[in-house]
Amino acid sequence: MSKFNNKKSGDMPPVSTASLPDIVFMLLFFFMTVTVMKSDDLRIENVLPNASEVKKLEKKDRIVYIHIGQPRKEYQEVFGTASRIQVNDKFIAVAEVGSYVLSAIGEKPEALQRLVTIALKVDKNANMGLIDDVKEELRKVNALKINYTTYEGDVFANLK
Amino acid sequence: MPRRAGAPEVNAGSMADIAFLLLIFFLVTTTIETDAGLDRMLPPMEPPEDDVVIKQKNIFTVNINKNGQLLVEDELTNLKDLRAKAIAFLDNGGSPSGTAEFCNYCKGKRDVNSSDNPGKAIISLKNDRETKYATYITVQNELVAAYNELRNREAQRLYKRDFTELENEYRNPETSSSLKEELKEKVERIQGLFPQKLSEAETSSSN
Repeated sequence: MSKFNNKKSGDMPPVSTASLPDIVFMLLFFFMTVTVMKSDDLRIENVLPNASEVKKLEKKDRIVYIHIGQPRKEYQEVFGTASRIQVNDKFIAVAEVGSYVLSAIGEKPEALQRLVTIALKVDKNANMGLIDDVKEELRKVNALKINYTTYEGDVFANLK
Repeated sequence: MPRRAGAPEVNAGSMADIAFLLLIFFLVTTTIETDAGLDRMLPPMEPPEDDVVIKQKNIFTVNINKNGQLLVEDELTNLKDLRAKAIAFLDNGGSPSGTAEFCNYCKGKRDVNSSDNPGKAIISLKNDRETKYATYITVQNELVAAYNELRNREAQRLYKRDFTELENEYRNPETSSSLKEELKEKVERIQGLFPQKLSEAETSSSN
């Protein structure tokens, strides 16, 4: 008698967890595919300014990044405090920007080469002089489409 | 006699745990980042063949000095007033009605000493070599905002939608191509009404 009672009073049947690994794997694969490991480690300060009228940089395959800013504290002994240009993992001089951009564009598939945008990720404390020099170099190699990469936000916060 | 009972079954009970571990690792390291920023076109190196003479009244000069102060049309200006000034200049439409250059959609003051029409109005931006990048971006942003505000107004009038919204939809890769054609026409028409003419002169060295 008690046996029957036990079985009948048993609450809900246990939920089958057999498919749990499958679900977790699915999520896992999703995150594995969307993950981008940070490829270059920045040796410069790179706090971007805010802007409100921004446009999204859609496709990543047609963007060449150039970082500009003051070297980080731990590198300042070696590289000084003047703003530097960093691409991929190294500092380059202003005069090398043109050739770097050309070679970076050359590595892209041919169909995309005409659509390449140069994304300038510039620290907000950098001086315009260096950026003007970089722009001049870009004009020399005819890479005219540029994007001043910024955070989205209130512009007047820049001035503080 | 050894019995061959096939390989013993591997216990897969811990698979979920392993998968969870990996999942959490990727969850933590993932940054789904999309960069955004201000798009600009640099002027080509070769100077245009014919030198166009531009009337002084069609140029809106913005000067930024090394301390981040702004000189707009030879007047010291607060950054917060820049957008309104730029809009007033672009939207002025100074040509008298009846002439070919008359701007029938402008709502400005129609001051004869300011720009003739939006197609002729040029904003000239000049900065010092020691200007801070943040200030420069703020100024750029305000000037783009001035154009966007005027374009939005025209887009609202013609299509009952914001220009920025139209443009985003046009640039979105998921938009179907037939819709894109339609949007392209609209976007180009609005851009034609207020063409973005932002010239950046060579920087002056500090003095």
